[in-house]
Amino acid sequence: MLTQALFRALDKKAIWLVAILIAVAILVPASNLLLPNGHPLRLPNYAVPLFGKYLTFAMLALALDLVWGYCGILSLGHGAFFAIGGYGMGMYLMRQIGDRGVYANPVLPDFMVFLNWKELPWYWHGFDNFWFAMLMVMLVPALLAFVFGFLAFRSRVTGVYLSIITQAMTYALLLAFFRNDMGFGGNNGLTDFKEILGAPISADTTRAALFAASAIALALAVLVCSMVVNSKLGKVMVAVRDAESRARFLGYRVEYVKLFAFVVSAIIAGIAGALYVPQVGIINPGEFEPANSIEVVIWTAVGGRGTIIGPIIGAIMVNVGKSYFTGAFPEFWLFALGALFVITTLFLPKGIVGLIGQYRTLTTKREQHDRSAPSPADVEAGADPQPKAAE
Amino acid sequence: MRSVNRMIAGLGIGAMTMGAVTVPALAQDETIKIGVLHSLSGTMAISETTLKDTMLFLIDEQNKKGGVLGKQLEAVVVDPASDWPLFAEKARELIAVNDVVAVFGGWTSSSRKAVLPVFEELNSILFYPVQYEGEESQRNVFYTGAAPNQQAIPAVDYLMENEGVERWVLAGTDYVYPQTTNKILDQYLKDKGVAAEDIMINYTPFGHSDWQTIVTDIRNFGSAGKKTAVVSTINGDANVPFYKELANQGIKAEDIPVVAFSVGEEELAGFDTTPLVGHLAAWNYFQSVDTPENAAFIEAWQTFMGNPDKVTNDPMEAHVIGFNLWVQAVEKAGSTDTDAVLDAIIGLETPNLSGGVATMLPNHHITKPVLIGEIQADGQFEVVSESDLVPGDAWSDFLPESKLIEADWTAPISCGNYNTETKSCGGSIAVAAQ
Amino acid sequence: MTFSRLLATLTVLLGTLLAPAYAQTADAELTQLVDALAPGSFKDREAAIAALVATGDTRVVPLLQTLAEGDLYASEADGKVVFITGSGATLGLVDPVTLAELGEAPKADLEKVKVNNSLRRVIRTAIGQLTLLSDDPRIRRSAAQSILHDADPANLELLEGSIAAETDPQIRQIMETARAVIILQTDATLEDKQAALPLVAAIGGRDALTLLTGALTNSPDELKPSIQASIDGLARDRAVWDAAQNVWYGISLGSVLLLAAIGLAITFGVMGVINMAHGEMVMLGAYTTYMVQETIRQSAPQLFDYSLAIALPLAFLVTALIGIAIERGVIRWLYGRALETLLATWGISLILQQSVRSIFGPTNRQVGNPSWMTGSFELGGLSITWSRLWIVVFAMVVFIALLLVLKRTALGLQMRAVTQNRRMASAMGIRTPFVDAMTFGLGSGVAGLAGVALSQIDNVSPNLGQGYIIDSFMVVVFGGVGNLWGTLVGALTLGIANKFLEPYAGAVLGKILILVLIILFIQRRPRGLFALKGRSVEA
Repeated sequence: MLTQALFRALDKKAIWLVAILIAVAILVPASNLLLPNGHPLRLPNYAVPLFGKYLTFAMLALALDLVWGYCGILSLGHGAFFAIGGYGMGMYLMRQIGDRGVYANPVLPDFMVFLNWKELPWYWHGFDNFWFAMLMVMLVPALLAFVFGFLAFRSRVTGVYLSIITQAMTYALLLAFFRNDMGFGGNNGLTDFKEILGAPISADTTRAALFAASAIALALAVLVCSMVVNSKLGKVMVAVRDAESRARFLGYRVEYVKLFAFVVSAIIAGIAGALYVPQVGIINPGEFEPANSIEVVIWTAVGGRGTIIGPIIGAIMVNVGKSYFTGAFPEFWLFALGALFVITTLFLPKGIVGLIGQYRTLTTKREQHDRSAPSPADVEAGADPQPKAAE
Repeated sequence: MRSVNRMIAGLGIGAMTMGAVTVPALAQDETIKIGVLHSLSGTMAISETTLKDTMLFLIDEQNKKGGVLGKQLEAVVVDPASDWPLFAEKARELIAVNDVVAVFGGWTSSSRKAVLPVFEELNSILFYPVQYEGEESQRNVFYTGAAPNQQAIPAVDYLMENEGVERWVLAGTDYVYPQTTNKILDQYLKDKGVAAEDIMINYTPFGHSDWQTIVTDIRNFGSAGKKTAVVSTINGDANVPFYKELANQGIKAEDIPVVAFSVGEEELAGFDTTPLVGHLAAWNYFQSVDTPENAAFIEAWQTFMGNPDKVTNDPMEAHVIGFNLWVQAVEKAGSTDTDAVLDAIIGLETPNLSGGVATMLPNHHITKPVLIGEIQADGQFEVVSESDLVPGDAWSDFLPESKLIEADWTAPISCGNYNTETKSCGGSIAVAAQ
Repeated sequence: MTFSRLLATLTVLLGTLLAPAYAQTADAELTQLVDALAPGSFKDREAAIAALVATGDTRVVPLLQTLAEGDLYASEADGKVVFITGSGATLGLVDPVTLAELGEAPKADLEKVKVNNSLRRVIRTAIGQLTLLSDDPRIRRSAAQSILHDADPANLELLEGSIAAETDPQIRQIMETARAVIILQTDATLEDKQAALPLVAAIGGRDALTLLTGALTNSPDELKPSIQASIDGLARDRAVWDAAQNVWYGISLGSVLLLAAIGLAITFGVMGVINMAHGEMVMLGAYTTYMVQETIRQSAPQLFDYSLAIALPLAFLVTALIGIAIERGVIRWLYGRALETLLATWGISLILQQSVRSIFGPTNRQVGNPSWMTGSFELGGLSITWSRLWIVVFAMVVFIALLLVLKRTALGLQMRAVTQNRRMASAMGIRTPFVDAMTFGLGSGVAGLAGVALSQIDNVSPNLGQGYIIDSFMVVVFGGVGNLWGTLVGALTLGIANKFLEPYAGAVLGKILILVLIILFIQRRPRGLFALKGRSVEA
């Protein structure tokens, strides 16, 4: 059955995407590591973790797209799952420092030593083991998503109400992680990592490996997501998105469908966070900022929600733009970013992917396109336009 | 480089990043590049934008004097947008892509912590201009702001001696700098014989704007019959509503003085200080300090900004000192090479704007006088106490774990966390060297 | 505050009217004592003040007053202490003893005689001592109050004398209270202390608690039970008042939340636009206030107390127009795609923030409190600050006005019609585009009004709006989207809950708890406190 699902998932588009990602996972590290310095095709060292970061953002956007684009749940708190995954990885990396911290304490991370903590808090135990940490990276976001989703979907919290309480969730976590007493390093977060799985974290090979891991993880996420959306469950998800009540009346347990999507999405976001941390070298509560989560929504929208490739393109484009503008026009880049969002929503309601689709509709028949890529915008526009229905 | 550019442009993802790379690269031979890493947007822009302008000013002044080593200096400004991972990314970009020889930047401890590994890895130099919690000395970083012993402890001493304070409120924003400072102060006060019930510690979230309850608590705490003072490590934005509430509830400096470590001329520019006259701040520099160096600096700065009301503040002075020391070190070393500059800079001296001489110590901190100022009605501070030069102490003597640690980046120790008891370098550097 | 202002205005009177009542010291001797103020440390200066006060000379009072205000200067050349007149680079000099003009000197040649907090305290007491026998009852009253405030046993004799001479019963009572406070501190006899106790207890409130707690330690054992009883009584009162105080703080925080959220209750609640630029409208309102105050400061300083009244309509207009522009330019294309409004308004908010940062700079701008909004007053055991009180009143007025507009005007009717069923309303002949623009303009304008109020208690910086946007959404959603009453109740509930949690959990944990409570509450009532009923709900 799994192979069947896998087979179904690998439609033409997904195959291409996965193939490209795997090619990137091989070619980028190869170009960085194998080509001599100064070779015209060599990717400079600084670019590897930077591109790796974009890929983890793409993964986060994809995770959000699974719940928003396909299931109609607009989460304004997906950054929280990403950050928790990041903290999981961060805790592992902190424990790896061992007695090489500035106080040479073999067990306690530096920030605990200078705040005079005597022993490791219980929730830090086990994180010296990589596999345990990776398990937690998936399990904790999943558990949070499960509890939160179970409560919310069971009592049929929908639309903006759901969006706002997801925002409340990430905001509460932000405040909590800021507190030094939480034992996560307060606002400074976790940093000064030394090595991962025995490999020095700043070595070019480690960087390249992390990049490759991010690309492959993204490819896997693409696979999982297309498996889900192409399965029967995926169709129900779309049904829930487009007409929740109708889906419920048809006998589907809407809350379980949503819960499933939410939990899968949280796990993907958690993994993305875990890959993000070693590549940027720090995790701190800033990742919980509600504004960050809103940005993820924007990447997804810019790329085109309700598609697999859209959020990936959106996340990479917006972040490349951000990297460039903050360096080239430090005083004015917010204008550019703001204008991008306004223009995207006004002129590209289906995102960049939609633009390609629009271009195609000019050349091919319109119905064909409509059938292949239904997007919420279509449906909403077709329905009775009720602004109050702020879903 | 160019063909990489083309390749990635072909892939359609990185074209824009590379644009920034190649353009300045053309000018590489003629100028020495200096990175300016201060947030120009987001929550910290309020404090950091001035520091960016300060750096542009200093570089401009130096260029007028003929630059350094016969070359002109060029500032490379980026905006890390108050986003800590973006600080790391931008630091990497400055060093690896723009080939800057030194970076001046950062404000919050988080931003410094975020960029530390980058500077270590790429072996560049960071000048960090803000007072901070200490407990750090890194080979590639120079801390030109105050360590806790250059700000917090002298301020408490002043209150004890001159105001006879016996009861203490340690109020701060809930993050690392206030927590550490308060931990140090708590220990220090207890060592001085202050009872535990005479110390109240209170934390508030970032950007806290409703201070009614806390100000009332302070008033209640202050009405126990003993002279009470507030030691405030409240951060940036939250200060204005805090002081407004103090003023409105009629807490006067004569009754319960508040001494702040993060409130300077820039912060006071946001409100009418008449009701706050007499509240204190501890810094190493005030605009009102009456020295010829300071007068000249203020005048040149206001001319550069084209605004005769532009204020100066402590972190700006830190940049002035850091920049002057760096210029001297480069000229002494005859090169901008990181290792040469790191060696040359230790022991160099430059005048503080607030008097005395700033010496770069082997622990990468500097000597500073500690000034206690009282807020005046015109938004300036009047110095009521000035100490001799205090050498910055990276590792506090009042925290049990760091008592034994010293930093010394000169041979033979060359270590940021040297354990004086075991006579060995306690941290990562020792392992790396073995 | 009033104390110092009072003194400032009356010091001039003192020199002329009351001079004969006091001892006169020879000019030369006094000048010598005055010049002793300049050199040395703060401790030396304190001794010099004591010597001056010991002369009992009335001319010392204006001198000390000037010193306390930091306006006393000394010549750098010869150390002579002088008053100064005028401002700028060259200042006029006046002899502080003879009040004779001494010519002019460049500012650079003068050095300020510095004061600090403890000196100001000493001066306050000193002036109290010197003016306790003044002929002017107002001066005597403030003198008595400052003696009471400092309660220095050294003043006991002086007090005894002045109580005997005092004719005004109110002032005498203050003096007797001061004596009682001092007696409790000293080793007076048991009878004296017993007599003093009720007087001190009668001060009431926190001050009495402070004094009695202090007195408890050095009192004879016989007296301790009665002091303790007074303390307990006062503490019980305090507990009741503290609870009331918490309620007031909660209402005050709630009204700030209400103000911040109420514009959003229109744009988001009524229109369904997820308006992330709402916070920036609040910020623009605050900046309008700043502009108004700047203009007033430069051209008509006497109007400063009216600055807020002038700023209100302007802020409403400015933000309403910007709101209408946003609606016409962007949002009208997005009706029926509510979530997309989130993205577009987020973009707009970035642009607005950065525009303000470019125009006004990133630092805080100074917005002053008009005089009727400064200070506080006591209401029973409650201490209420004027600024908070006015903000509560203002929030209620805005709320009621908005309610009336929605329920009682034709525009309000059309607004409700359009938001409930756009097509039907359109079919009935309502110009929906116009109504949309007006509704969004109204919501934005109200946000601008909130900005005027918030500029009084918070930073006026480009980040102002960011601090309120999340809270505003919480309030609207908690109260129930589309219902103004919900917003009111939601704001007040959250405000009061926050203030009751804060003392126990601390400010940080309190805020986290509130967020968790909101999340749990929404699970119980998925449509907020006041859920809209009807067909439009399940769209």
